[in-house]
Amino acid sequence: MEHIRTTKVEQVKLLDRFSTSNKSLTGTLYLTATHLLFIDSHQKETWILHHHIALVEKLALTTSGCPLVIQCKNFRIVHFIVPRERDCHDIYNSLLQLSKQAKYEDLYAFSYNPKQNDSERLRGWQLIDLAEEYKRMGVPNSNWQLSDANREYKICETYPRELYVPRIASKPIIVGSSKFRSKGRFPVLSYYHEHKEAAICRCSQPLSGFSARCLEDEHLLQAISKANPVNRYMYVMDTRPKHRMQSWWATQKDIGRIIVRISSKIWNDEKIRESDEKKRLNAMANRAAGKGYENEDNYSNIRFQFVGIENIHVMRSSLQKLLEVNGTKGLSVSDFYSGLESSGWLRHIKAVMDAAIFLAKAITVESASVLVHCSDGWDRTSQVCSLGSLLLDSYYRTIKGFMVLIEKDWISFGHKFSERCGHLDGDPKEVSPVFTQFLECVWHLTEQFPQAFEFNEAFLLQIHEHIHSCQFGNFLGNCQKEREELKLKEKTYSLWPFLLDDQKKYLNPLYTSKSPKFTVLEPNTVSFNFKFWRNMYHQFDRTLHPRQSVFNIITNMNEQNKQLEKDIKDLESVRFRVLKIHSVGILSWMKF
Amino acid sequence: MEFSDLIRTGRAQAKLLRGPEAPPLRGTLCLTGHHLLLSPGPQATSELWLLLLRSVDSIEKRVASDSGTITLRCKDLRVLQLEIEGVEASLDIARSIEALSSLESVITSFPFFYRPKGLRLGDAWHFHPPERYYKRVARETNAWRLSEVNEDFSVCPSYPRAVIVPRSVDDGALARSARFRQGGRFPVLSYHHAPSGTVLVRSSQPLTGPQKRRCAEDEELLRAVLAGARPGARGFIVDTRSSQAAKQARMTGGGTEAKTAYPGWKRLHRPLERGQPLQESFVRLVEACGDPQQSTDSWLCRLEGCCWLAHVKEALSTACLAAQGMEREGACILVHGAEGTDSTLLVTSLAQLILDPLSRTMAGFQELVEREWIQAGHPFQLRCAHSAFSHARPKHEAPTFLLFLDCVWQLGRQFPLSLEFGEGLLLALFEHAYASPFGTFLCNSEKERCLCEVRTRTHSLWSGLNQPKEQRKLRNPLYAPNPLAIWPSVELQSLRLWQASLSVLLLLRPISALDPPT
Repeated sequence: MEHIRTTKVEQVKLLDRFSTSNKSLTGTLYLTATHLLFIDSHQKETWILHHHIALVEKLALTTSGCPLVIQCKNFRIVHFIVPRERDCHDIYNSLLQLSKQAKYEDLYAFSYNPKQNDSERLRGWQLIDLAEEYKRMGVPNSNWQLSDANREYKICETYPRELYVPRIASKPIIVGSSKFRSKGRFPVLSYYHEHKEAAICRCSQPLSGFSARCLEDEHLLQAISKANPVNRYMYVMDTRPKHRMQSWWATQKDIGRIIVRISSKIWNDEKIRESDEKKRLNAMANRAAGKGYENEDNYSNIRFQFVGIENIHVMRSSLQKLLEVNGTKGLSVSDFYSGLESSGWLRHIKAVMDAAIFLAKAITVESASVLVHCSDGWDRTSQVCSLGSLLLDSYYRTIKGFMVLIEKDWISFGHKFSERCGHLDGDPKEVSPVFTQFLECVWHLTEQFPQAFEFNEAFLLQIHEHIHSCQFGNFLGNCQKEREELKLKEKTYSLWPFLLDDQKKYLNPLYTSKSPKFTVLEPNTVSFNFKFWRNMYHQFDRTLHPRQSVFNIITNMNEQNKQLEKDIKDLESVRFRVLKIHSVGILSWMKF
Repeated sequence: MEFSDLIRTGRAQAKLLRGPEAPPLRGTLCLTGHHLLLSPGPQATSELWLLLLRSVDSIEKRVASDSGTITLRCKDLRVLQLEIEGVEASLDIARSIEALSSLESVITSFPFFYRPKGLRLGDAWHFHPPERYYKRVARETNAWRLSEVNEDFSVCPSYPRAVIVPRSVDDGALARSARFRQGGRFPVLSYHHAPSGTVLVRSSQPLTGPQKRRCAEDEELLRAVLAGARPGARGFIVDTRSSQAAKQARMTGGGTEAKTAYPGWKRLHRPLERGQPLQESFVRLVEACGDPQQSTDSWLCRLEGCCWLAHVKEALSTACLAAQGMEREGACILVHGAEGTDSTLLVTSLAQLILDPLSRTMAGFQELVEREWIQAGHPFQLRCAHSAFSHARPKHEAPTFLLFLDCVWQLGRQFPLSLEFGEGLLLALFEHAYASPFGTFLCNSEKERCLCEVRTRTHSLWSGLNQPKEQRKLRNPLYAPNPLAIWPSVELQSLRLWQASLSVLLLLRPISALDPPT
């Protein structure tokens, strides 16, 4: 509370950023410990959580007052005009302090109290049980088993305690492999496809250097390929793209010579397709720097595949550009589309989607297991693994299943939510919309397959809201170890039970639940199908939205139908009862 | 002239290639005066496949050693590939199609021969006469009358026989005002907005010329428009050209209303694209959609380059301006561009759709198209002679009507419950405007339609579409009448490419068999 100097300012104007007539609402602005609240003259409330604030700006003083612009992580942009500059300055300073917390303990989740008792809270946390989920997938089985190697987080701090590995992979192999992989993130099972007996595995990049080999790592990969009885060949997907070779050449002149020799050796290899050349050369570059990709010669039965998803920095600036473009009022067609193009956002979305489709195809068409990695194995790898599983398994397209998927591939395997979403005051270069991209890919799938998902757009938007809100404990911390240290399960609440309670709001009325478990989605990724997600990036700009919602009306109709069906049943049972009484009456009369 | 002279080979064995998903359809290819038929043999006669020759926009032929492939690109943007046995036969068929599809004569076109089962000639032609709309106006106000000054089309060749004009202006004044307007299109009522007591009026440009001529009767006519509206109403003249273009038009005898001559009227310029640039935009859009392999970046770049959505945005925002002027400001609106047969109709018809709940019903929308496009003299035959694939040098082609349908689709997307008809009707209108077995979109004006006896010798599209079997496909199942005006958002984030109209190019819509003739 020490940061709050002014708690209430009257006669504040709220501008609508897309209104043509520069309409504004006048009202009162309140500053609380957790929220900024604006109540306009119609008593309509606008709540802004401090943790949602990405940027506060105080613009130059105008005749009507001091403009204060607040950009939020959920893409809400509010433009206030505060009549007195001193008030504006106070609020500005308070918000600067309140929106950037230094300690986890200061986040909203630790003070949020939804009036639940401890047993309810615990039950909430137990709602999603990953052990149950692995059982559903069909592991452990004769090829895969639970490893206790990481039970004390000794091998890999950022992995969970429970990890599934091939049955034939012994503990020394796992330990050896983990030493060879960046941050100790050795190959583990992410999803097991029971029907094809193939697996999606994930890891980080190998620290192979030039000639270094790691026999244990090679063994572990062999073990993964042997764990698939149908197809001994497996894919290793490197999700990173070709880099700008020129700049690399400039910085790495010394090694350049060697690279050329090695790459020419590889080019002679007839297995290599031309299109991969550049990508390979880039991976060679990475290898020269001490980190890189697996040397193909040392791993048999393995096919390497590169898919070009850009790194977190490219993604961050891409989103930045996108937001700059669509924030402009009275945009012309050419500005909008050239801006959309130059931001590259849709291209990046397509790249993620293409990677996931490759993964799903490898499993369904070739029954091959796939090992996915990027650099540290927690950004692009999480995107591709989770989206791939979503394409393969219809369970993940249900509300509960989608929660499980996020819990498994993002929360438990370690995604740096704290840095990527900027929960704490930290390095702005670590912020990146990796999870937002995942949600956007899912949205594109819901657009192409309107009947395949149990949940609707509002569900995705709500999850996006809460990865930044810090209101619930789920997305705090970067890995399970950290979460245990923070005692999140005792001190905070889980988001999922609250979403389930509100399930009605998130149901897709067009969903057909009859599809069998392994219905593969095969999205069409021609460029025309990638569209700007207005409801995400303009969620709060009401004027831009369709004025009538088809979803609502269908939902209402469904409900009416259900009610009518129930009425019919009730009436029939009444009729039946009446008949029975009659017949009983007749019977008793006959007896009489 | 006999069709048989143009048919070099009437029959050949052929294979219709139906994209990667469906197997090719084999059978006997027959060429008639109006159709291309593919009959797959005696076993499966139900799968008879048929194409109206008039809908062929361009033909491409390629020959191999013993067969030829012809690619037919249709005006409704379908693309068909036929593999024909025999080089000679395939070349002959291609040449015959070329000759038959480019016939210009109206009275030998298929609508004059089409006699579908279950329809009687002349059924729906008097479905929407001007009198009918006048009856509605007369119920709301008595400031307007139905004038038959154009009974013999001598005053204005592109207007229908009867038009609605201010009651206080007599026919003589109308005729003199017509002489002052290009093509004789003097200001007539387009729509009466009863809640605000204002009107939407349309005309062509005044012929002020370099000497800034004036016309007392024309001024009186516009004065009478204001006098007939709610008391104290002002007027806005929405000129669909830029003020520069309007000034330039003076050099060629056209021009725009002078401020001093029309007190109470204020002029606004809202430039809309028309004619050739619009056609080029359409062609570029279709080209951009034809390449599924391109990257996201090049797709966005081409989408931007073709400017189609910019035209959609401009058309909608101009219509909103006109509608807003009436509903919010209580002003009368006069819309005109140069000829008053293209962008003018686009604006007036869209403004009605925004304001008038009746025009959003199935019957009301058909009435709107009939009244504001067909009877109002949009030259369909000239504008829709060729579509996006044609190699012929464009003369008068412009997809103004398609732009209108696109705008309606955008309205329907933003108000999914407010239109009684669905996308199916818009797609059907697009298809039939370019090539149709019905006579509705034939000719350029009512006068030509009378000369060709279209009304008595062809069937109306409306009676075709209003059969119960068709209606099921065209209705919007979610429709709930909405008595309010529907104000669309014209921000780009709210507009979207109308994919279904281009979906054949995007390989999304399967090729469906048309109904066989009887």
